[in-house]
Amino acid sequence: MSAPVVVSRALTKVYAGAPVVDRVDVNIDRGECWGLLGPNGAGKTTFLRMLVGRTPPTSGEIRVLGYPVPQQASAMRARIGVVPQLDNLDPDFTVNENLRTYAGYFGIHHSRLRARIRELLEFAALSHKADAYLSTLSGGMLRRLSLIRALVNAPELLVLDEPTTGLDPQARQLIWQRLRSLRSEGITQILTTHYMEEAERLCDRVTIMDHGRLLESGHPRALVSEHIEPHVIEVHGEGLQRWHKETAARLAPRHETAGDGFLYYLNDERPLLEALSGQERLSFLHRPANLEDVFLKLTGRELRDG
Amino acid sequence: MAESTTTLRRIPHRTARWLPVWRRNLRVWSKLALPSLIGNFGEPLLYLLALGYGLGALVGRIGDMPYMFFLASGIFCSSAMMTASFEATYSAYSRMAVQKTWEAIVTTPLDVFDVVVGEVMWAATKSLFSASAILIVAWALGAVSGGYAVLAVPVALLSGFCFASMAMVVTALARSYDFFLYYTTLGVTPMLLICGVFFPIGQMPAGVQTLAWALPLTHSVALARPLITGAAPENALLHLAVLALFGLVALSVAATLLKRRLDA
Ligand SMILES: Nc1ncnc2c1ncn2[C@@H]1O[C@H](COP(=O)(O)OP(=O)(O)O)[C@@H](O)[C@H]1O
Ligand SMILES: [Mg+2]
Repeated sequence: MSAPVVVSRALTKVYAGAPVVDRVDVNIDRGECWGLLGPNGAGKTTFLRMLVGRTPPTSGEIRVLGYPVPQQASAMRARIGVVPQLDNLDPDFTVNENLRTYAGYFGIHHSRLRARIRELLEFAALSHKADAYLSTLSGGMLRRLSLIRALVNAPELLVLDEPTTGLDPQARQLIWQRLRSLRSEGITQILTTHYMEEAERLCDRVTIMDHGRLLESGHPRALVSEHIEPHVIEVHGEGLQRWHKETAARLAPRHETAGDGFLYYLNDERPLLEALSGQERLSFLHRPANLEDVFLKLTGRELRDG
Repeated sequence: MAESTTTLRRIPHRTARWLPVWRRNLRVWSKLALPSLIGNFGEPLLYLLALGYGLGALVGRIGDMPYMFFLASGIFCSSAMMTASFEATYSAYSRMAVQKTWEAIVTTPLDVFDVVVGEVMWAATKSLFSASAILIVAWALGAVSGGYAVLAVPVALLSGFCFASMAMVVTALARSYDFFLYYTTLGVTPMLLICGVFFPIGQMPAGVQTLAWALPLTHSVALARPLITGAAPENALLHLAVLALFGLVALSVAATLLKRRLDA
Protein backbone atom coordinates (compact mmCIF):
# COMPACT_ATOMS: atom_id res chain seq x y z
CA MET A 1 0.00 0.00 0.00
CA SER A 2 1.42 3.35 -0.98
CA ALA A 3 0.70 6.43 1.12
CA PRO A 4 -2.50 8.34 0.29
CA VAL A 5 -2.18 11.13 -2.25
CA VAL A 6 -4.28 13.52 -0.19
CA VAL A 7 -4.92 13.44 3.54
CA SER A 8 -6.87 16.13 5.33
CA ARG A 9 -7.74 16.37 9.00
CA ALA A 10 -10.48 18.67 10.32
CA LEU A 11 -9.80 20.98 7.38
CA THR A 12 -11.81 24.17 7.85
CA LYS A 13 -12.19 27.47 6.05
CA VAL A 14 -14.20 30.30 7.55
CA TYR A 15 -15.30 33.29 5.48
CA ALA A 16 -17.00 36.20 7.25
CA GLY A 17 -17.61 34.14 10.38
CA ALA A 18 -19.30 31.26 8.55
CA PRO A 19 -17.56 27.93 7.87
CA VAL A 20 -17.53 27.25 4.13
CA VAL A 21 -15.50 24.07 4.51
CA ASP A 22 -16.22 22.50 7.87
CA ARG A 23 -13.92 19.96 9.59
CA VAL A 24 -13.33 17.88 6.48
CA ASP A 25 -11.40 14.58 6.73
CA VAL A 26 -10.43 12.80 3.52
CA ASN A 27 -8.02 10.09 2.40
CA ILE A 28 -7.56 9.88 -1.34
CA ASP A 29 -5.61 6.89 -2.61
CA ARG A 30 -3.13 6.75 -5.42
CA GLY A 31 -4.74 5.89 -8.76
CA GLU A 32 -8.34 6.45 -7.77
CA CYS A 33 -10.79 8.88 -9.26
CA TRP A 34 -12.35 10.68 -6.33
CA GLY A 35 -15.47 12.77 -6.92
CA LEU A 36 -16.72 15.60 -4.77
CA LEU A 37 -20.41 16.16 -5.29
CA GLY A 38 -22.40 19.05 -3.97
CA PRO A 39 -24.87 21.80 -4.87
CA ASN A 40 -23.72 25.34 -5.68
CA GLY A 41 -22.05 26.95 -2.71
CA ALA A 42 -21.36 23.65 -0.94
CA GLY A 43 -17.68 24.53 -0.61
CA LYS A 44 -16.20 22.34 -3.36
CA THR A 45 -14.06 25.01 -4.98
CA THR A 46 -12.88 26.30 -1.61
CA PHE A 47 -11.79 22.78 -0.65
CA LEU A 48 -9.83 22.48 -3.90
CA ARG A 49 -8.26 25.91 -3.38
CA MET A 50 -6.93 24.76 -0.02
CA LEU A 51 -5.76 21.51 -1.58
CA VAL A 52 -3.62 23.26 -4.19
CA GLY A 53 -2.31 25.78 -1.67
CA ARG A 54 -4.12 28.80 -3.01
CA THR A 55 -5.67 29.76 0.28
CA PRO A 56 -4.58 28.85 3.82
CA PRO A 57 -7.00 26.82 5.96
CA THR A 58 -8.51 28.61 8.94
CA SER A 59 -7.77 25.45 10.92
CA GLY A 60 -6.98 21.80 10.37
CA GLU A 61 -4.36 20.46 8.01
CA ILE A 62 -3.86 18.91 4.63
CA ARG A 63 -0.99 17.04 2.97
CA VAL A 64 -0.81 16.44 -0.77
CA LEU A 65 1.70 13.94 -2.18
CA GLY A 66 3.27 14.05 1.26
CA TYR A 67 3.87 17.82 1.21
CA PRO A 68 2.29 19.91 3.94
CA VAL A 69 0.13 22.55 2.23
CA PRO A 70 0.31 25.53 1.94
CA GLN A 71 3.86 25.49 3.43
CA GLN A 72 5.33 23.44 0.57
CA ALA A 73 2.66 24.10 -2.02
CA SER A 74 5.09 25.19 -4.70
CA ALA A 75 7.01 21.90 -4.76
CA MET A 76 3.71 20.02 -4.61
CA ARG A 77 2.21 21.99 -7.50
CA ALA A 78 5.17 21.04 -9.69
CA ARG A 79 3.78 17.49 -9.56
CA ILE A 80 0.06 18.11 -10.04
CA GLY A 81 -2.18 19.49 -12.80
CA VAL A 82 -5.13 21.80 -12.21
CA VAL A 83 -8.15 22.34 -14.45
CA PRO A 84 -9.99 25.37 -13.03
CA GLN A 85 -13.76 25.78 -12.87
CA LEU A 86 -13.60 28.69 -15.33
CA ASP A 87 -11.12 28.51 -18.19
CA ASN A 88 -8.26 30.95 -17.73
CA LEU A 89 -6.37 30.25 -20.92
CA ASP A 90 -4.20 33.03 -22.27
CA PRO A 91 -6.13 34.96 -24.94
CA ASP A 92 -2.97 36.67 -26.20
CA PHE A 93 -1.61 33.36 -27.47
CA THR A 94 -2.33 30.57 -29.91
CA VAL A 95 -3.04 27.04 -28.70
CA ASN A 96 0.58 26.04 -29.11
CA GLU A 97 1.89 29.19 -27.41
CA ASN A 98 -0.50 28.64 -24.52
CA LEU A 99 1.07 25.25 -23.88
CA ARG A 100 4.66 26.45 -24.30
CA THR A 101 4.13 29.41 -22.02
CA TYR A 102 2.45 27.33 -19.35
CA ALA A 103 5.27 24.79 -19.56
CA GLY A 104 7.63 27.70 -18.91
CA TYR A 105 6.05 28.24 -15.50
CA PHE A 106 7.22 24.72 -14.62
CA GLY A 107 10.70 25.47 -15.88
CA ILE A 108 10.17 23.28 -18.94
CA HIS A 109 11.48 24.78 -22.15
CA HIS A 110 13.84 22.48 -23.87
CA SER A 111 13.95 20.17 -26.86
CA ARG A 112 11.68 17.52 -25.34
CA LEU A 113 8.82 20.00 -25.12
CA ARG A 114 8.03 20.08 -28.82
CA ALA A 115 7.32 16.35 -28.95
CA ARG A 116 5.38 16.52 -25.70
CA ILE A 117 3.12 19.25 -27.05
CA ARG A 118 2.51 17.27 -30.23
CA GLU A 119 1.39 14.26 -28.15
CA LEU A 120 -0.86 16.40 -26.00
CA LEU A 121 -2.51 18.06 -28.98
CA GLU A 122 -3.16 14.66 -30.49
CA PHE A 123 -4.59 13.37 -27.24
CA ALA A 124 -7.05 16.28 -27.13
CA ALA A 125 -7.89 16.08 -30.86
CA LEU A 126 -6.53 19.62 -31.27
CA SER A 127 -3.60 19.04 -33.64
CA HIS A 128 -5.36 20.93 -36.43
CA LYS A 129 -5.77 23.94 -34.12
CA ALA A 130 -2.15 24.20 -32.98
CA ASP A 131 -1.63 27.65 -34.46
CA ALA A 132 -5.16 28.96 -33.96
CA TYR A 133 -6.08 31.75 -31.58
CA LEU A 134 -8.54 30.90 -28.84
CA SER A 135 -11.38 32.97 -30.30
CA THR A 136 -11.73 30.37 -33.08
CA LEU A 137 -12.16 27.45 -30.64
CA SER A 138 -15.47 25.98 -29.43
CA GLY A 139 -16.28 25.61 -25.74
CA GLY A 140 -15.38 21.92 -25.86
CA MET A 141 -12.04 22.64 -27.52
CA LEU A 142 -11.19 25.28 -24.91
CA ARG A 143 -11.98 22.80 -22.16
CA ARG A 144 -9.77 20.16 -23.79
CA LEU A 145 -7.00 22.72 -24.05
CA SER A 146 -7.38 23.45 -20.34
CA LEU A 147 -7.09 19.71 -19.73
CA ILE A 148 -3.89 19.18 -21.72
CA ARG A 149 -2.40 22.37 -20.32
CA ALA A 150 -2.77 20.72 -16.91
CA LEU A 151 -0.93 17.65 -18.26
CA VAL A 152 2.07 19.53 -19.58
CA ASN A 153 4.19 18.69 -16.51
CA ALA A 154 3.20 14.99 -16.52
CA PRO A 155 1.31 15.28 -13.21
CA GLU A 156 0.73 12.41 -10.77
CA LEU A 157 -2.47 14.02 -9.58
CA LEU A 158 -5.04 15.85 -11.65
CA VAL A 159 -7.47 18.24 -9.95
CA LEU A 160 -10.55 19.13 -12.01
CA ASP A 161 -13.18 21.64 -10.88
CA GLU A 162 -16.41 20.93 -12.78
CA PRO A 163 -14.62 19.72 -15.91
CA THR A 164 -17.69 19.49 -18.14
CA THR A 165 -20.06 22.14 -16.83
CA GLY A 166 -21.66 23.99 -19.72
CA LEU A 167 -20.54 21.56 -22.44
CA ASP A 168 -22.82 19.87 -24.95
CA PRO A 169 -23.22 16.05 -24.77
CA GLN A 170 -20.66 15.25 -27.48
CA ALA A 171 -18.04 17.48 -25.90
CA ARG A 172 -18.70 15.89 -22.53
CA GLN A 173 -18.37 12.38 -23.90
CA LEU A 174 -14.97 13.22 -25.34
CA ILE A 175 -13.70 14.67 -22.04
CA TRP A 176 -15.04 11.66 -20.13
CA GLN A 177 -13.32 9.28 -22.48
CA ARG A 178 -10.00 11.12 -22.05
CA LEU A 179 -10.33 11.19 -18.28
CA ARG A 180 -10.92 7.44 -18.25
CA SER A 181 -7.85 6.92 -20.34
CA LEU A 182 -5.76 9.03 -17.94
CA ARG A 183 -7.20 7.04 -15.07
CA SER A 184 -6.06 3.82 -16.71
CA GLU A 185 -2.55 5.26 -16.92
CA GLY A 186 -2.66 5.53 -13.14
CA ILE A 187 -3.07 9.27 -12.77
CA THR A 188 -5.01 10.04 -9.58
CA GLN A 189 -7.98 12.30 -10.22
CA ILE A 190 -9.97 14.57 -7.98
CA LEU A 191 -13.01 16.09 -9.58
CA THR A 192 -15.95 18.13 -8.46
CA THR A 193 -19.23 18.02 -10.29
CA HIS A 194 -22.92 18.47 -9.86
CA TYR A 195 -23.69 16.03 -12.67
CA MET A 196 -24.57 12.74 -11.01
CA GLU A 197 -24.13 10.96 -14.30
CA GLU A 198 -20.57 12.21 -14.54
CA ALA A 199 -19.75 11.05 -11.05
CA GLU A 200 -21.36 7.63 -11.65
CA ARG A 201 -19.39 7.11 -14.82
CA LEU A 202 -15.98 8.36 -13.79
CA CYS A 203 -15.53 8.00 -10.08
CA ASP A 204 -14.36 5.04 -8.01
CA ARG A 205 -15.55 6.88 -4.96
CA VAL A 206 -17.82 9.85 -4.51
CA THR A 207 -18.26 12.05 -1.50
CA ILE A 208 -21.34 14.19 -1.06
CA MET A 209 -20.77 17.64 0.39
CA ASP A 210 -23.24 20.23 1.58
CA HIS A 211 -22.84 23.37 3.65
CA GLY A 212 -19.14 22.60 3.96
CA ARG A 213 -19.70 19.19 5.56
CA LEU A 214 -19.01 15.80 4.01
CA LEU A 215 -22.21 13.77 4.29
CA GLU A 216 -21.53 10.37 2.75
CA SER A 217 -18.78 8.65 0.86
CA GLY A 218 -18.54 5.46 -1.15
CA HIS A 219 -18.70 3.78 -4.53
CA PRO A 220 -21.56 5.38 -6.51
CA ARG A 221 -23.50 2.14 -6.80
CA ALA A 222 -23.01 1.25 -3.14
CA LEU A 223 -24.28 4.67 -2.10
CA VAL A 224 -27.40 4.21 -4.19
CA SER A 225 -28.24 0.77 -2.78
CA GLU A 226 -27.50 1.90 0.74
CA HIS A 227 -29.77 4.94 0.66
CA ILE A 228 -32.47 4.32 -1.95
CA GLU A 229 -34.90 1.54 -2.79
CA PRO A 230 -34.01 -0.06 -6.13
CA HIS A 231 -37.13 1.17 -8.00
CA VAL A 232 -38.20 4.74 -8.58
CA ILE A 233 -41.51 5.67 -10.21
CA GLU A 234 -42.12 9.28 -11.19
CA VAL A 235 -45.76 10.17 -11.70
CA HIS A 236 -47.33 13.29 -13.24
CA GLY A 237 -50.76 14.30 -14.47
CA GLU A 238 -54.28 15.46 -13.68
CA GLY A 239 -55.89 14.14 -10.50
CA LEU A 240 -52.52 13.11 -9.10
CA GLN A 241 -53.11 14.60 -5.65
CA ARG A 242 -56.24 12.61 -5.12
CA TRP A 243 -54.83 9.35 -6.47
CA HIS A 244 -51.77 9.88 -4.32
CA LYS A 245 -53.83 10.30 -1.16
CA GLU A 246 -56.19 7.45 -1.83
CA THR A 247 -53.85 4.86 -3.30
CA ALA A 248 -50.19 5.57 -3.81
CA ALA A 249 -49.23 6.95 -0.42
CA ARG A 250 -50.29 3.67 1.09
CA LEU A 251 -48.47 1.49 -1.49
CA ALA A 252 -45.27 3.52 -1.32
CA PRO A 253 -44.71 4.88 2.18
CA ARG A 254 -41.45 6.52 1.07
CA HIS A 255 -42.23 9.22 -1.49
CA GLU A 256 -41.46 12.85 -2.25
CA THR A 257 -42.95 15.70 -4.22
CA ALA A 258 -40.87 16.82 -7.19
CA GLY A 259 -42.22 19.89 -8.93
CA ASP A 260 -45.81 19.08 -9.89
CA GLY A 261 -45.28 15.32 -9.59
CA PHE A 262 -44.49 12.61 -7.06
CA LEU A 263 -41.53 10.29 -6.73
CA TYR A 264 -42.18 6.85 -5.23
CA TYR A 265 -39.34 4.72 -3.91
CA LEU A 266 -40.07 1.00 -3.86
CA ASN A 267 -38.52 -2.36 -3.09
CA ASP A 268 -41.33 -4.06 -4.98
CA GLU A 269 -42.61 -2.00 -7.87
CA ARG A 270 -45.47 -4.27 -8.98
CA PRO A 271 -48.40 -3.13 -6.79
CA LEU A 272 -47.93 0.51 -7.75
CA LEU A 273 -47.51 -0.27 -11.46
CA GLU A 274 -50.75 -2.28 -11.29
CA ALA A 275 -52.55 0.61 -9.62
CA LEU A 276 -51.22 2.95 -12.30
CA SER A 277 -52.43 0.79 -15.19
CA GLY A 278 -56.03 1.88 -14.56
CA GLN A 279 -55.18 5.61 -14.48
CA GLU A 280 -55.33 7.01 -18.01
CA ARG A 281 -54.80 10.63 -17.01
CA LEU A 282 -51.53 9.94 -15.19
CA SER A 283 -48.21 9.53 -16.93
CA PHE A 284 -45.31 7.81 -15.27
CA LEU A 285 -41.70 6.80 -15.61
CA HIS A 286 -40.28 3.70 -13.99
CA ARG A 287 -36.48 3.76 -13.60
CA PRO A 288 -33.74 2.36 -11.41
CA ALA A 289 -32.59 4.47 -8.46
CA ASN A 290 -29.54 6.60 -9.20
CA LEU A 291 -27.04 8.83 -7.51
CA GLU A 292 -29.23 11.86 -8.06
CA ASP A 293 -31.84 10.32 -5.76
CA VAL A 294 -29.19 9.89 -3.08
CA PHE A 295 -27.98 13.39 -3.62
CA LEU A 296 -31.45 14.89 -3.33
CA LYS A 297 -32.27 12.77 -0.32
CA LEU A 298 -29.16 13.98 1.49
CA THR A 299 -29.08 17.61 0.40
CA GLY A 300 -32.77 18.39 0.05
CA ARG A 301 -34.75 19.73 -2.85
CA GLU A 302 -34.70 23.47 -2.42
CA LEU A 303 -33.08 25.44 -5.22
CA ARG A 304 -29.50 26.62 -4.71
CA ASP A 305 -28.52 29.63 -6.69
CA GLY A 306 -25.62 30.44 -4.38
CA MET B 1 -0.01 10.85 -21.10
CA ALA B 2 2.47 9.51 -18.61
CA GLU B 3 5.97 10.73 -19.21
CA SER B 4 9.35 10.13 -17.72
CA THR B 5 8.97 12.88 -15.22
CA THR B 6 12.60 13.75 -14.70
CA THR B 7 12.90 15.04 -18.26
CA LEU B 8 9.97 17.36 -17.83
CA ARG B 9 10.37 18.82 -14.38
CA ARG B 10 12.95 21.35 -13.58
CA ILE B 11 11.42 23.77 -11.11
CA PRO B 12 13.07 27.17 -11.44
CA HIS B 13 15.08 28.27 -8.43
CA ARG B 14 13.22 30.52 -5.95
CA THR B 15 15.11 33.62 -7.03
CA ALA B 16 14.46 33.05 -10.75
CA ARG B 17 10.79 32.10 -10.56
CA TRP B 18 9.65 35.54 -11.76
CA LEU B 19 11.45 35.02 -15.05
CA PRO B 20 8.77 32.94 -16.83
CA VAL B 21 6.23 35.67 -16.02
CA TRP B 22 8.54 38.29 -17.51
CA ARG B 23 9.12 36.02 -20.51
CA ARG B 24 5.37 35.58 -21.04
CA ASN B 25 4.86 39.32 -21.26
CA LEU B 26 7.84 39.71 -23.55
CA ARG B 27 6.36 37.03 -25.80
CA VAL B 28 3.05 38.90 -26.07
CA TRP B 29 4.83 42.22 -26.57
CA SER B 30 7.02 40.89 -29.36
CA LYS B 31 3.90 40.02 -31.35
CA LEU B 32 2.79 43.64 -31.23
CA ALA B 33 6.12 45.35 -30.77
CA LEU B 34 5.67 48.04 -33.39
CA PRO B 35 2.28 49.47 -32.38
CA SER B 36 3.30 49.12 -28.78
CA LEU B 37 6.55 51.02 -29.29
CA ILE B 38 4.74 53.76 -31.15
CA GLY B 39 2.25 53.96 -28.32
CA ASN B 40 4.91 54.17 -25.62
CA PHE B 41 7.22 56.42 -27.34
CA GLY B 42 5.08 58.46 -29.75
CA GLU B 43 3.65 60.78 -27.14
CA PRO B 44 6.88 61.70 -25.34
CA LEU B 45 8.44 62.20 -28.74
CA LEU B 46 5.73 64.71 -29.71
CA TYR B 47 6.29 66.60 -26.45
CA LEU B 48 9.99 66.63 -27.08
CA LEU B 49 9.64 68.01 -30.59
CA ALA B 50 6.82 70.49 -29.95
CA LEU B 51 8.12 71.88 -26.67
CA GLY B 52 11.74 71.54 -27.64
CA TYR B 53 11.37 73.68 -30.75
CA GLY B 54 8.35 75.77 -29.77
CA LEU B 55 9.19 76.59 -26.18
CA GLY B 56 12.90 76.21 -26.79
CA ALA B 57 12.81 79.23 -29.13
CA LEU B 58 11.37 81.37 -26.31
CA VAL B 59 13.43 79.99 -23.46
CA GLY B 60 16.73 79.62 -25.24
CA ARG B 61 18.92 78.29 -22.45
CA ILE B 62 18.45 77.16 -18.88
CA GLY B 63 21.64 78.09 -17.11
CA ASP B 64 24.26 77.22 -19.65
CA MET B 65 22.21 74.34 -21.11
CA PRO B 66 20.22 74.62 -24.38
CA TYR B 67 16.51 74.00 -23.64
CA MET B 68 16.42 71.00 -25.99
CA PHE B 69 19.13 69.30 -23.85
CA PHE B 70 17.25 70.13 -20.67
CA LEU B 71 13.94 68.85 -22.03
CA ALA B 72 15.26 65.68 -23.69
CA SER B 73 16.91 64.50 -20.48
CA GLY B 74 13.70 65.28 -18.54
CA ILE B 75 11.46 63.44 -20.98
CA PHE B 76 13.86 60.50 -20.88
CA CYS B 77 12.87 60.10 -17.22
CA SER B 78 9.18 60.97 -17.56
CA SER B 79 8.74 58.45 -20.38
CA ALA B 80 10.21 55.78 -18.11
CA MET B 81 7.71 56.82 -15.42
CA MET B 82 4.71 56.93 -17.75
CA THR B 83 5.50 53.59 -19.39
CA ALA B 84 6.02 51.75 -16.10
CA SER B 85 2.97 53.33 -14.52
CA PHE B 86 0.69 52.41 -17.41
CA GLU B 87 2.02 48.88 -17.70
CA ALA B 88 1.76 48.15 -13.98
CA THR B 89 -1.75 49.59 -13.68
CA TYR B 90 -3.97 49.20 -16.74
CA SER B 91 -2.13 46.30 -18.38
CA ALA B 92 -1.33 44.38 -15.21
CA TYR B 93 -4.89 44.87 -13.96
CA SER B 94 -6.22 43.40 -17.21
CA ARG B 95 -4.08 40.33 -16.75
CA MET B 96 -5.08 40.01 -13.11
CA ALA B 97 -8.80 40.82 -13.08
CA VAL B 98 -10.04 40.45 -16.65
CA GLN B 99 -7.99 37.77 -18.40
CA LYS B 100 -7.27 35.86 -15.16
CA THR B 101 -3.76 35.21 -16.43
CA TRP B 102 -2.37 35.44 -12.90
CA GLU B 103 -4.95 32.95 -11.68
CA ALA B 104 -3.57 30.41 -14.17
CA ILE B 105 0.04 31.12 -13.25
CA VAL B 106 -0.44 30.57 -9.53
CA THR B 107 -1.64 26.98 -10.04
CA THR B 108 1.90 26.16 -11.21
CA PRO B 109 4.94 26.18 -8.88
CA LEU B 110 4.91 29.99 -9.09
CA ASP B 111 3.07 32.05 -6.48
CA VAL B 112 1.64 35.54 -6.18
CA PHE B 113 5.01 37.00 -5.17
CA ASP B 114 6.67 35.60 -8.31
CA VAL B 115 3.91 37.07 -10.46
CA VAL B 116 4.23 40.51 -8.87
CA VAL B 117 8.01 40.57 -9.27
CA GLY B 118 7.72 39.34 -12.86
CA GLU B 119 5.20 42.04 -13.71
CA VAL B 120 7.31 44.78 -12.09
CA MET B 121 10.44 43.61 -13.88
CA TRP B 122 8.54 43.55 -17.13
CA ALA B 123 7.16 47.08 -16.66
CA ALA B 124 10.71 48.22 -15.86
CA THR B 125 11.91 46.57 -19.05
CA LYS B 126 9.33 48.47 -21.06
CA SER B 127 10.52 51.69 -19.41
CA LEU B 128 13.98 50.80 -20.58
CA PHE B 129 12.69 50.39 -24.14
CA SER B 130 10.85 53.70 -24.30
CA ALA B 131 13.50 55.75 -22.50
CA SER B 132 16.15 54.29 -24.80
CA ALA B 133 14.07 55.25 -27.82
CA ILE B 134 13.92 58.82 -26.50
CA LEU B 135 17.66 58.78 -25.95
CA ILE B 136 18.25 57.75 -29.55
CA VAL B 137 16.01 60.54 -30.85
CA ALA B 138 17.68 63.05 -28.54
CA TRP B 139 21.04 61.91 -29.83
CA ALA B 140 19.84 62.34 -33.44
CA LEU B 141 18.70 65.87 -32.56
CA GLY B 142 22.15 66.57 -31.15
CA ALA B 143 20.82 66.86 -27.60
CA VAL B 144 23.17 64.26 -26.09
CA SER B 145 26.74 64.90 -25.23
CA GLY B 146 29.49 62.71 -23.87
CA GLY B 147 29.86 58.99 -23.27
CA TYR B 148 28.23 59.11 -19.83
CA ALA B 149 24.87 59.08 -21.60
CA VAL B 150 25.06 55.29 -21.83
CA LEU B 151 24.89 55.20 -18.02
CA ALA B 152 21.49 56.84 -18.19
CA VAL B 153 20.07 53.58 -19.54
CA PRO B 154 20.39 51.65 -16.24
CA VAL B 155 18.96 54.73 -14.51
CA ALA B 156 15.86 54.32 -16.70
CA LEU B 157 15.64 50.67 -15.67
CA LEU B 158 15.90 51.49 -11.98
CA SER B 159 13.36 54.30 -12.37
CA GLY B 160 11.05 51.92 -14.19
CA PHE B 161 11.38 49.44 -11.31
CA CYS B 162 10.56 52.18 -8.81
CA PHE B 163 7.50 53.52 -10.67
CA ALA B 164 6.21 50.06 -11.57
CA SER B 165 6.33 48.99 -7.93
CA MET B 166 4.46 52.11 -6.86
CA ALA B 167 1.84 51.55 -9.57
CA MET B 168 1.48 47.93 -8.51
CA VAL B 169 0.35 49.10 -5.06
CA VAL B 170 -2.43 51.03 -6.82
CA THR B 171 -3.35 47.94 -8.86
CA ALA B 172 -3.54 45.89 -5.67
CA LEU B 173 -6.17 48.29 -4.36
CA ALA B 174 -8.09 48.82 -7.61
CA ARG B 175 -11.61 47.45 -8.08
CA SER B 176 -12.01 48.83 -11.61
CA TYR B 177 -10.06 50.72 -14.26
CA ASP B 178 -11.58 54.01 -13.06
CA PHE B 179 -9.48 53.81 -9.91
CA PHE B 180 -6.31 54.46 -11.93
CA LEU B 181 -7.52 57.96 -12.77
CA TYR B 182 -6.94 58.94 -9.13
CA TYR B 183 -3.36 57.79 -9.29
CA THR B 184 -2.77 59.51 -12.61
CA THR B 185 -4.25 62.78 -11.38
CA LEU B 186 -2.86 62.75 -7.85
CA GLY B 187 0.43 60.94 -8.45
CA VAL B 188 1.77 60.69 -11.95
CA THR B 189 0.72 64.07 -13.38
CA PRO B 190 1.94 66.12 -10.39
CA MET B 191 5.30 64.36 -10.60
CA LEU B 192 5.45 65.11 -14.31
CA LEU B 193 4.85 68.80 -13.60
CA ILE B 194 6.92 69.55 -10.49
CA CYS B 195 9.89 67.20 -10.63
CA GLY B 196 11.98 69.19 -13.07
CA VAL B 197 11.07 67.55 -16.36
CA PHE B 198 9.96 70.71 -18.21
CA PHE B 199 11.50 73.46 -16.05
CA PRO B 200 13.94 73.66 -13.15
CA ILE B 201 12.64 72.91 -9.68
CA GLY B 202 14.24 76.18 -8.49
CA GLN B 203 11.47 78.13 -10.28
CA MET B 204 8.89 77.01 -7.76
CA PRO B 205 7.92 78.13 -4.22
CA ALA B 206 10.01 76.62 -1.43
CA GLY B 207 7.22 74.32 -0.20
CA VAL B 208 6.75 72.80 -3.65
CA GLN B 209 10.51 72.32 -3.97
CA THR B 210 10.57 70.35 -0.73
CA LEU B 211 7.71 68.23 -1.96
CA ALA B 212 9.47 67.64 -5.27
CA TRP B 213 12.55 66.28 -3.49
CA ALA B 214 10.32 63.82 -1.67
CA LEU B 215 9.20 62.35 -5.00
CA PRO B 216 11.21 59.74 -6.90
CA LEU B 217 10.99 61.36 -10.33
CA THR B 218 13.10 64.29 -9.09
CA HIS B 219 15.89 61.87 -8.19
CA SER B 220 15.60 60.11 -11.50
CA VAL B 221 16.02 63.46 -13.31
CA ALA B 222 18.89 64.45 -10.99
CA LEU B 223 20.76 61.36 -12.18
CA ALA B 224 19.85 61.21 -15.85
CA ARG B 225 20.12 64.89 -16.78
CA PRO B 226 23.82 65.32 -16.07
CA LEU B 227 24.64 61.91 -17.54
CA ILE B 228 22.88 62.72 -20.81
CA THR B 229 24.24 66.22 -21.10
CA GLY B 230 27.82 65.30 -20.37
CA ALA B 231 28.43 65.84 -16.65
CA ALA B 232 28.84 63.63 -13.60
CA PRO B 233 25.77 63.67 -11.31
CA GLU B 234 26.17 65.04 -7.79
CA ASN B 235 25.09 62.88 -4.85
CA ALA B 236 24.56 59.99 -7.24
CA LEU B 237 24.46 57.40 -4.44
CA LEU B 238 21.77 59.29 -2.60
CA HIS B 239 19.54 59.48 -5.68
CA LEU B 240 20.11 55.83 -6.49
CA ALA B 241 19.26 54.89 -2.92
CA VAL B 242 16.04 56.91 -2.97
CA LEU B 243 14.86 55.21 -6.17
CA ALA B 244 15.81 51.76 -4.90
CA LEU B 245 14.18 52.34 -1.54
CA PHE B 246 10.92 53.63 -2.99
CA GLY B 247 10.88 50.63 -5.31
CA LEU B 248 11.64 47.98 -2.70
CA VAL B 249 9.20 49.32 -0.12
CA ALA B 250 6.42 49.68 -2.70
CA LEU B 251 7.14 46.22 -4.07
CA SER B 252 6.79 44.57 -0.69
CA VAL B 253 3.61 46.50 0.07
CA ALA B 254 2.16 45.53 -3.33
CA ALA B 255 3.11 41.88 -2.89
CA THR B 256 1.54 41.75 0.58
CA LEU B 257 -1.69 43.38 -0.58
CA LEU B 258 -1.96 41.21 -3.68
CA LYS B 259 -1.27 38.02 -1.74
CA ARG B 260 -4.07 38.96 0.61
CA ARG B 261 -6.36 39.81 -2.29
CA LEU B 262 -5.75 36.75 -4.47
CA ASP B 263 -5.12 34.05 -1.87
CA ALA B 264 -8.03 34.96 0.40
N1 LIG C 1 -12.95 34.44 -1.27
C1 LIG C 1 -14.14 34.30 -0.66
N2 LIG C 1 -14.58 35.20 0.22
C2 LIG C 1 -15.78 35.07 0.83
N3 LIG C 1 -16.64 34.06 0.60
C3 LIG C 1 -16.27 33.11 -0.28
C4 LIG C 1 -15.01 33.19 -0.96
N4 LIG C 1 -14.92 32.11 -1.78
C5 LIG C 1 -16.05 31.40 -1.62
N5 LIG C 1 -16.87 32.00 -0.72
C6 LIG C 1 -18.19 31.51 -0.29
O1 LIG C 1 -18.03 30.17 0.13
C7 LIG C 1 -19.14 29.38 -0.24
C8 LIG C 1 -18.68 28.15 -0.98
O2 LIG C 1 -18.19 28.54 -2.26
P1 LIG C 1 -17.50 27.52 -3.26
O3 LIG C 1 -16.39 26.86 -2.56
O4 LIG C 1 -17.17 28.29 -4.48
O5 LIG C 1 -18.68 26.49 -3.54
P2 LIG C 1 -18.91 25.48 -4.76
O6 LIG C 1 -17.63 25.39 -5.54
O7 LIG C 1 -19.28 24.20 -4.10
O8 LIG C 1 -20.04 26.04 -5.57
C9 LIG C 1 -20.06 30.28 -1.05
O9 LIG C 1 -21.10 30.71 -0.22
C10 LIG C 1 -19.18 31.42 -1.44
O10 LIG C 1 -19.92 32.60 -1.57
MG1 LIG D 1 -17.25 25.71 -7.52
